[in-house]
Amino acid sequence: MKNVQKQKRANKSLPFFVRDEFKVSLIIILISVALLITTFTFDIVPPILNRGIQPATFPKALLVLIIVMTLLIYYLATKNPWKVEKKLPRSFFLTLSSFVIFVVVSKTLDFFLAISALSIFVSYCWGEKRLFYLLLVGIIFPIIVFIFFETILGLRFPPGIITNIYYS
Amino acid sequence: MDNLLLMLAPLFSSKLLLVLFFGTLFGLILGVLPGLGPTTGGALILPFTMTLDPLSAIVLLTSIYCAGTYGGAITAVLINTPGTPAAAATCLDGYPLAQKGEAGRALGMATVSSTVGGIFSVVILVFFAPILAQLAYEFGQPEYFALAIFGLTMLASIGEGSPIKNLIAGAFGILISTVGKDFMTSIDRFTFGVNELTEGIGFIPVVVGLFAMSEMLTQSTLINQIFNRIALKAIKLPSKDDYKKTWKTILRSSGIGSFIGVLPAEGGTVASLIGYSEAKRFSKNPEEFGKGSIEGIAGAEAANNAATGGAMVPTLALGIPGSATTAVILTGLIIHGVRPGPDLFREQPDFLYGIFGAMLIANILFFIFGFFGAKIFARITLVPNKILWPMIFAVSVCGTYSLNQSIIDVWIMLFFGVVGFFMRRYGFSVVPVIIGLILGELVEGTLRQSLVIFDGNWLMFLTRPIALTFFILSLIALAFPLIRSRKLRKKND
Repeated sequence: MKNVQKQKRANKSLPFFVRDEFKVSLIIILISVALLITTFTFDIVPPILNRGIQPATFPKALLVLIIVMTLLIYYLATKNPWKVEKKLPRSFFLTLSSFVIFVVVSKTLDFFLAISALSIFVSYCWGEKRLFYLLLVGIIFPIIVFIFFETILGLRFPPGIITNIYYS
Repeated sequence: MDNLLLMLAPLFSSKLLLVLFFGTLFGLILGVLPGLGPTTGGALILPFTMTLDPLSAIVLLTSIYCAGTYGGAITAVLINTPGTPAAAATCLDGYPLAQKGEAGRALGMATVSSTVGGIFSVVILVFFAPILAQLAYEFGQPEYFALAIFGLTMLASIGEGSPIKNLIAGAFGILISTVGKDFMTSIDRFTFGVNELTEGIGFIPVVVGLFAMSEMLTQSTLINQIFNRIALKAIKLPSKDDYKKTWKTILRSSGIGSFIGVLPAEGGTVASLIGYSEAKRFSKNPEEFGKGSIEGIAGAEAANNAATGGAMVPTLALGIPGSATTAVILTGLIIHGVRPGPDLFREQPDFLYGIFGAMLIANILFFIFGFFGAKIFARITLVPNKILWPMIFAVSVCGTYSLNQSIIDVWIMLFFGVVGFFMRRYGFSVVPVIIGLILGELVEGTLRQSLVIFDGNWLMFLTRPIALTFFILSLIALAFPLIRSRKLRKKND
């Protein structure tokens, strides 16, 4: 409890534009406004076919509600600041970047290869240096999962370097 | 009598027994592993349930729910880290008691009180779900709209996060449900020209992303965390003296847990905290709480397991999830083509009573597994995250892909994983997103149909007594957390 109070006090001493509550509220509002603008591009139903309200009305109302509530949490946070979050460690960014690698590899090379690469990369970044365990999580386990889905659930994985060899 | 026989049906089906056995075992393992738990586990197993018939699928999910909720206690007692959020209150006394060399006694009490709480709540479920379903026959579109609004406003008072943040998360969930073709006019909304989005965003990519992938990112920030695990010799049945001390607490917490569980969106976490604080309030030795009180363990564990049956009441009777895990179970029902609600009780009693019976058996099974296998389950906590999470990733990706054989679903899952991580980091619970996503279509559909009935006159909602009652309850649900936080602030000042 004392630590939280200390973290909150530390947050209050920062300029408003670098505080988490400002950044988070701003991001939510910007995204909501962008989506709100998008709702004006939705097709309009002619009155004769329209039942109740227009398809854009409900999302519009929701987005306005989100913006109002976000302003409210920001206002409340000015009185009772959020605690300062610890800086994210390197392992987080490596894991996050592995998601990007996964998307790129699964789209360009192979789905199985993407799973395998991510598993080895994440395991290694999280501190696993033993080759056997890296092979276990990166090759043996994905093969088991692959075969399970392929044979028991009858799944066909998207084409790629390795899957093409397997299917041919 | 017929219903009782229907409840016992799982006992006479080798397939259902096998599913129950596997579900309970899997649920226990998930409960023991910090960061997983029945909600994430249920989300992970959802795609696999597509190969099962609807009853087996839901039996699998409910047995994971019951056993997973109990499994969290093992980790809470032995490593002072709740395996599930619902076991957070168990840490307060479970770990100190284990430190005194009485881990076996603490886990014995957790096992007994969890089982009693779980069975008590199944009885509540059997009696109250049909009554609630009967009441739901009186509901028209406006009443369902008001009920869904009540369910959403209850998000304000769930245990995690601030009330307004929970409401924002709930609104975000509803917004996700509007992506795709509008179900009344077939007009595209938020599709941005992506063909795959015209069918909308599926439940499974969002659920797996928000629970499993966001947890993987959270775990990536904790890789240097070291747990001190207390050795467990054997679980001990509580002594006569322990029973004397705790039977009232167990019964009280079972009642509290069942009641809290019935409330839409509330769940085991809130139930266990209230069960624990009530146990302390009624105790003759409140000073022992936090130092290894056996009553504290009983109060928290009976309440969180009692919430499982309670949470199934609104889920099955009204289609409104009673907790995060029942939101996953509700997703399971929907993807298997089962529409919860009063018609389900009339048309498929064998299906429903099969679920009730399965929950009862799951409670007995986890008691047996807990007693004889806690030592083995405790060892599971030793599986390092650097091995476990890459494996979970492989299962999550293949499971999400398997549903529509769409790579876009996998990317949506990863996207929601990142969104979920940042939501949790800044105090937004991810549970309301799922509940909003599930209730989104109901809210919008019933609102628009009600407005057609009322010829666009919004005030007509107030002329319907049941709808009006739900609106008043919604206002109370919104006001309650604000009053509570103001009281707390005054107390702190």
